Amino acid sequence: MNEQLILYPLFLQMAISIILMFGWSKIKFQKVFSVFGSVLSLGLAIWVFTFIWNNGTQTVQAGNWEAPFGITFVADMLSATLVLLTAISGLAVSIFSGASVLKDRLRFGYFPIFHFLLLGLNGAFLTGDIFNLYVWFEIIIISSFVLITIGGEKAQLEGAVKYFTLNILASMIFLTAIAVLYGITGSLNMADLAGQIAMVENRGLVQITALLFLIGFGIKAGVFPLYFWLPASYHTPPFAVSAIFGGLLTKVGVYALIRVFTLIFVDDPFLNNIIMIIAILTLVSGGIGALVQNNMRKVFSYLIICHIGYMIAGLGMFTEIAIAGAIFYLIHDIIVKTNLFMLSGVVYRIKGTNSMRDLGGIYAKWPKISLLLFIPLFSLVGIPPLSGFWPKINLIKSGFINESYITVGAIIFASFITLVIIAKLWAEVFWKEDKELPLRSNFGYFSKMTKAKRMQFIVPVTLLSIVSLYIGFGAEHIQELSARIADELVNSQGYIDAVLKSKN
Amino acid sequence: MEILLALMVGILYGTGIYMMLRRSMVKLIIGIILLGNGANLLIFLLGRITKGAPPIIAGDAKVFAEAFADPVPQALILTAIVISFGLQSFAIVLVKRAHTVVRTDDLDEMNATDEDS
Repeated sequence: MNEQLILYPLFLQMAISIILMFGWSKIKFQKVFSVFGSVLSLGLAIWVFTFIWNNGTQTVQAGNWEAPFGITFVADMLSATLVLLTAISGLAVSIFSGASVLKDRLRFGYFPIFHFLLLGLNGAFLTGDIFNLYVWFEIIIISSFVLITIGGEKAQLEGAVKYFTLNILASMIFLTAIAVLYGITGSLNMADLAGQIAMVENRGLVQITALLFLIGFGIKAGVFPLYFWLPASYHTPPFAVSAIFGGLLTKVGVYALIRVFTLIFVDDPFLNNIIMIIAILTLVSGGIGALVQNNMRKVFSYLIICHIGYMIAGLGMFTEIAIAGAIFYLIHDIIVKTNLFMLSGVVYRIKGTNSMRDLGGIYAKWPKISLLLFIPLFSLVGIPPLSGFWPKINLIKSGFINESYITVGAIIFASFITLVIIAKLWAEVFWKEDKELPLRSNFGYFSKMTKAKRMQFIVPVTLLSIVSLYIGFGAEHIQELSARIADELVNSQGYIDAVLKSKN
Repeated sequence: MEILLALMVGILYGTGIYMMLRRSMVKLIIGIILLGNGANLLIFLLGRITKGAPPIIAGDAKVFAEAFADPVPQALILTAIVISFGLQSFAIVLVKRAHTVVRTDDLDEMNATDEDS
């Protein structure tokens, strides 16, 4: 029965969202069932993860069509880790949504779509077929369009138009890239493509295809200079939606980049140089962008862009140490970015605004909550021993080995600028003297909530903070995991063999 | 035939991108539609065009004797058409809704998200 194990996360998410649709207007049922389903999927993800950890890469051939003819699902260590992280963030956001998203939005199918989004994410991580990856990307973006527009406020719709246009353009470029790739190789299976591409004689065409993939995934990942849709849209939807977007959506783009550029288009100095330049510019421009923002969620949006740079830099250096650093950063970033947007939701509920100029005095009134929020904020900066510190060691070490000192400089600059931003944010939001804001009528202030409702805000933040602390203090385990993933990615023959030689 | 299709794909991509760069929201949608059709035709073209040779194998044969039309690109196009149909219908509703709420058709006037708040 274990052969199909890696498909269970997909089946489970799909079943959850279908069952949720049957309780369309029963909000209470949806809240409870969504959390229940997320707990189940977390359990399942842990099972899949330990299974892959013990038994190595697993594959399933859909419909028993042998690779490379059918659609293959592959779970290697990277996929299993990302499925696990999706389940953790999914659980946290599912709890958080119950309290923070308005009833009017929940009534229009928020939860079913939310689980469809998680289904798409799991599918994108698990598939081994490039066209299938496109289909999962479409499932992700269609669900995200609904989530970003649900509620239909003015800012939301304006953000959605920008988000929509750029993402659909990215999909078209991705589709074009697939078309060209199929034209020159006649295959869609990623493991098979790895061998086919190496045999193509017209290297110029291969590089152009690789650039098309880079642009398509780059828009989704939000790298320089393709990120402008991100800060224009991520601060408009409800906080729970921002949290899942900020934590996972851009990371799917990064995952696709890592997968394609470690498996299919490998060892091309031209491409690696371009990726390096993009990474450096992303680090610098994202950091500087965050410096001038006033809205907390916009600050975090720019920080997403800035920190995407670390992962891309690790990919560009293309040594085992650097990729291990990129993977470590990916693991840390998914948890901490999800947490940051939930944190801004808590702050919003306490004071009724996200503008750093108007906020203040939270530490004096809510010292315990402030200390809790301290953990994700300073994990992001990476003050040792918190989680953001460790991956940078790998990246900087690899930068010195490769003698790419500009990259090292950009990495240090970006961490420094993150420190400045978070210190400023901490001073403005938590320490500054409290300003009397006009009370908003019809607004569910945190201080007026029942204890049970407050817990729905605090529990998910605590959950992810604990995970962040584990990543920081248990860095040895994560480092071991990242090193193993990096080894699998750099020596991709294991992946190819697992797909092409499996007999089921 | 190939050269004609290649030109067609180029024109569709070119006009699609041009329309997307205009300021009107309606033209944006037209651009998306043209671009989607261009991508579909490109897949069709790059799957090699083989006339009058459907991939149907004779009852007594094990392998194809002659060149045959590749069925995979057509399956891909079918999937892509369905997906882009869904996306385009969503786009039309979104733009209609955005027009009612924001009361403008000009993308340059949609700058509430850039405001400093």
